[in-house]
Amino acid sequence: MLWFANPANFLWLANRLIPWLAGISAAVLAVGLYLAFFVAPADYQQGETVRIMFIHVPAAWISMFCYGLMALAALGTLVWRHPLADAAQQAAAPLGAAFTFICLVTGSLWGKPMWGTWWVWDARLTSVLVLFIIYLGLIALWRTIEEPALAGRAAAILTLVGCVNLPIIKFSVDWWNTLHQPASVFRLGGPTIHPTMLWPLLIMALGATLLFLTLHLMATRNEILRRRLRRMSILAVQESRAAPRAEGARG
Amino acid sequence: MSDHAGYIIAAYGLTIVVVLGMIAAIVIDRRRIERALARFPSRGTDTDNRP
Repeated sequence: MLWFANPANFLWLANRLIPWLAGISAAVLAVGLYLAFFVAPADYQQGETVRIMFIHVPAAWISMFCYGLMALAALGTLVWRHPLADAAQQAAAPLGAAFTFICLVTGSLWGKPMWGTWWVWDARLTSVLVLFIIYLGLIALWRTIEEPALAGRAAAILTLVGCVNLPIIKFSVDWWNTLHQPASVFRLGGPTIHPTMLWPLLIMALGATLLFLTLHLMATRNEILRRRLRRMSILAVQESRAAPRAEGARG
Repeated sequence: MSDHAGYIIAAYGLTIVVVLGMIAAIVIDRRRIERALARFPSRGTDTDNRP
């Protein structure tokens, strides 16, 4: 684990893992989409509209998984001040925002024909919207503070504070009377979904997770290289300023 | 399909656009950084550092 935490080792490993992960993600998603469209039956109540769930649920899962990953990275930034943790956290935020956006819009596209409305201020929908706003806030924070180390620490603190929203999202359907249905996959009594729909859903969730991990590795690699570029640019400016002074001292 | 085909197509279409957008943004960003790093040839700009 410590070997992997070295940015140079991370780049070496990421360059080898990314093509394989990308290929496996594409294959798993292709199988998942085939099962979702050609094997899973139409729901007895939702009809064909249930097919939106095969992207809505994995997007919702990734939106929370990504935030959990960022919270772990935030601990790495604050406790060990590790540069890779900060880079990983910064790289994850736009991906988390994108998956949360997919979750919100696909949910809305499902809600209109099923509930008769695009949106309700129900606890689950509102808490996911708050998660999306937190992602946008974190992205803005990184762009506002120029010094990466300072921005990283501020973002880490905000990320950990925002963690309080994760259990609210998960348990909102139990704590409050919501229009959104209660948990049907990850619950104590086991899934309530028929296997003909559960398996395509799980395979799509696996494919989305692999896709997220691939994109996160690629984005973290970019972030490490961007920081390297910044250091080199600063060094080049310092050297160009020091050169005339050395000439003057010699003359 | 069904009366709700438009909602299903819109949901999958939007997802494809967002995912392809994420991939394109990351790939374009990588190319831009590597072009900038190439200006510093003598300082170990190899992006595939072996451990």
